[in-house]
Amino acid sequence: MSEIEASPTARDAGQAGALEVAIFRGLLQRRQGAGRRWRTVFFFATVTGVIALVVLFLNVVNEAFGMVAQREALPPETLEAGYGKPLDQMSAQELGAILGDYARKGILGTAIRDEVLKLNGAFDTNQPVGELLAGRNYPPELAETPFKQLSEAQMGAILGTNLDRERLYNMVMEKVVQLEIVESWPLNMALFNRAAIEQELAASENAGAELKMHSWLNWDFLTKPMSATPALAGVRIALLGSLWILLFTMLIAVPFGVGAAIYLEEYATDTWLNRLFETNIRNLAGVPSIIYGMLGLAVFVRAFEPLTSGAAFGVTESNGRTILSASFTLAALILPIIIINAQEAIRAVPWSIREASYGLGATKWQTIWRQVLPAALPGVLTGTILSLSRAIGETAPLIVVGASAVIFVDPDGPFSKFTALPIQIWQWTARPQDQFRDIAAAAIIVLLVLLLSLNATAIVLRQRFSKRF
Amino acid sequence: MNKRAIIQQALEKQTAGMGLKKRARPFETVIGAVLWMCGALSILTTIGIVVVLGKEAMLFFTPPAWLDTNRTLVDELDAAATSFEISSSGGGNLEAGKLIKVPNEVMKITAVDGGVLTVERGYSGTLAESHNKDAEVFIGDDISLVEFFTSTKWFPQLGEFGILPLLNATLMTTAIAMLVALPLGLSAAVYLSEYAAPRARAVLKPILEILAGVPTVVYGYFALTFMTPLLRSLFGEQVQVYNTASAGLVMGIMIIPYVSSVSEDALNAVPRALREASYGLGATRFETATRVVVPAALSGVIAAFILGISRAIGETMIVALAAGAGPNFTFNFFEPAETMTGHIVRISGGDLSYNSIDYNSLFAIGLTLFFMTLALNLISRQVTKRFREVYQ
Repeated sequence: MSEIEASPTARDAGQAGALEVAIFRGLLQRRQGAGRRWRTVFFFATVTGVIALVVLFLNVVNEAFGMVAQREALPPETLEAGYGKPLDQMSAQELGAILGDYARKGILGTAIRDEVLKLNGAFDTNQPVGELLAGRNYPPELAETPFKQLSEAQMGAILGTNLDRERLYNMVMEKVVQLEIVESWPLNMALFNRAAIEQELAASENAGAELKMHSWLNWDFLTKPMSATPALAGVRIALLGSLWILLFTMLIAVPFGVGAAIYLEEYATDTWLNRLFETNIRNLAGVPSIIYGMLGLAVFVRAFEPLTSGAAFGVTESNGRTILSASFTLAALILPIIIINAQEAIRAVPWSIREASYGLGATKWQTIWRQVLPAALPGVLTGTILSLSRAIGETAPLIVVGASAVIFVDPDGPFSKFTALPIQIWQWTARPQDQFRDIAAAAIIVLLVLLLSLNATAIVLRQRFSKRF
Repeated sequence: MNKRAIIQQALEKQTAGMGLKKRARPFETVIGAVLWMCGALSILTTIGIVVVLGKEAMLFFTPPAWLDTNRTLVDELDAAATSFEISSSGGGNLEAGKLIKVPNEVMKITAVDGGVLTVERGYSGTLAESHNKDAEVFIGDDISLVEFFTSTKWFPQLGEFGILPLLNATLMTTAIAMLVALPLGLSAAVYLSEYAAPRARAVLKPILEILAGVPTVVYGYFALTFMTPLLRSLFGEQVQVYNTASAGLVMGIMIIPYVSSVSEDALNAVPRALREASYGLGATRFETATRVVVPAALSGVIAAFILGISRAIGETMIVALAAGAGPNFTFNFFEPAETMTGHIVRISGGDLSYNSIDYNSLFAIGLTLFFMTLALNLISRQVTKRFREVYQ
């Protein structure tokens, strides 16, 4: 300060300079501060995605595991006492006998009507058993007895000789044991707020029900068929349906997709038609999946019904809503994605390889088949698997094509009716009861694991076969 | 024969048929043709979509689906009369502008006064003729394009087909989704391309890709079991169990990775020299990013945004699960409202009989949806082409 005071002019100049510097510093600080603040904002925006993903997974896990209050009308131990072995190891006849012993007549009659006779609605119960059950199993001495005079035990025996073990076991569980999960709580409550659960249960009408930890995702869930009771429902049929669809989608889409990619990369010259192909494929990749569902409904389900229902091959029991129709639909859906991915992989093969091959006198196809394709294979495979993993998660097109959620038989080929994992998830989620949400969460985990294993395969293949040029 | 002639002969023998002419290779030609057909298959798919949706939608717009009104003519009707009375009991939404059919003659109603109809006779190429007493009256479900695009009611049972409630719900969920996805997606792209250290990038980018790979039905589950309860705890009971806000927000989260990955590609394509020039002038990282890099990559960012919208419009499972069933023309995003895609899923998930008006109406919605997304995709392509700044 003292120096500045010494000379008025120097003081002015110095003051102005200091002021400028101060203003500049202030501005700079402000700009840098803004920069830092925005950096934080950008960072959190990016992390939002990560947080969303974590919350999504936690939410699913939270519902798929947790605590349940369950009640049985008749504990299985009582039933097992007479046989000396657990229920799930009993034979069909034994299970039939249990049904005969414990289930009401009306329930048994309905079961025979629906599952043995496969009738819809009422039938004449005065008919003798021999006539009614012609072509099915029944004890010969009952042939003349009218159906309505059968005893419970006799009905149970008829069920036991006509249905498979698994179905009978489910029936025993549903109708006799009546294992019922009366209430369920998510994992977070089970872990951190158990007292509240106990209180809630004690206060409710279900007081006295057995409270235990329960994982909705378990081996039974994977291997059991569909059921209307959440506690007994499984995803086996849906899982098999998804795998069948995956297989046929792959068989249809991969040859055409890779073929088209080879054409576009190796053969196509720059004509308007080929440019149209390219533009068209890129636009198809942006068409919503539900539109493909409608295409599938009108073309594969209806127009090609003789082919997709298998009528042309002598299969008679289905309409066009088959695994094959679904596979064609999903193949059309992922075709553009396969093409685009395969094109990129083929494009990445250096020209020198092709030229060397031509130089040795190979023809165009020899060059493609023996040089280009092997070199592009890892990329093509990765792209294909990634697009298949998109296909396996697709729900909307399958609903439109006509997947039905209530199917009790395993799909056994391209012409079966089907349901698929995502369809099952959709159906269960759409129901208002909590327990269906719980098994939906378990099914989501199954689906995600399936997806994860597909993606892991893609990564392994890429690492294993990738070559560097 | 001398030595030279022998050699000459041998050479000729060896090279016989090996002229410099192009040899025909039938196998190669066949392969080429097969591959061409694989390429052409995609064109076939597009044609299939347009033809199929178009054909079924045409059936929807040019019915005439004649519904029995259970009403009959009260008196005999001669060929010239333009006004007559019909029995009062029975159904059918008889109003001016609708077509009716009395045995074989089509008439257009011009006015309704109680049971008395005033009509134009001999409509749709039919001849005006006399009719007996008690002849039955059928009503034509005539859906005009104008009604389809302007009516705010969608009640297939009553013959009301206005797409606006469905379209409105679609636009609402899309708008909410984009309000989430654009800022977050773009910020994520800026962070990943301008700020993130290679290590952070290597972690964050794959996670965003996983987000894009989660099946949409899982997002639907998330919306219904997490987002809706969250909104209800924040805003109270005014938030209904099914609402467009929850579906839109989750859809936004789903679209973040699409927006961020396309925008990031665009940001990465901006040459380093531009950034360095900006730093050289003393700009901070933030200023460089927002005033140099993003404007230079604007075409790509806009394209990403439009692609995001197109995806949101076509998204199905989230809205089918979380946005509610039943068309509802509302602007309140806490209320349930069914979108176009949600409606298609709900109707086709039930028992749908072919050739019913319901079935055809789905294709009319589908066609609208297809053209909307196609237009958006083409626009985004044009934007990328037109406004791309090219750097060496």
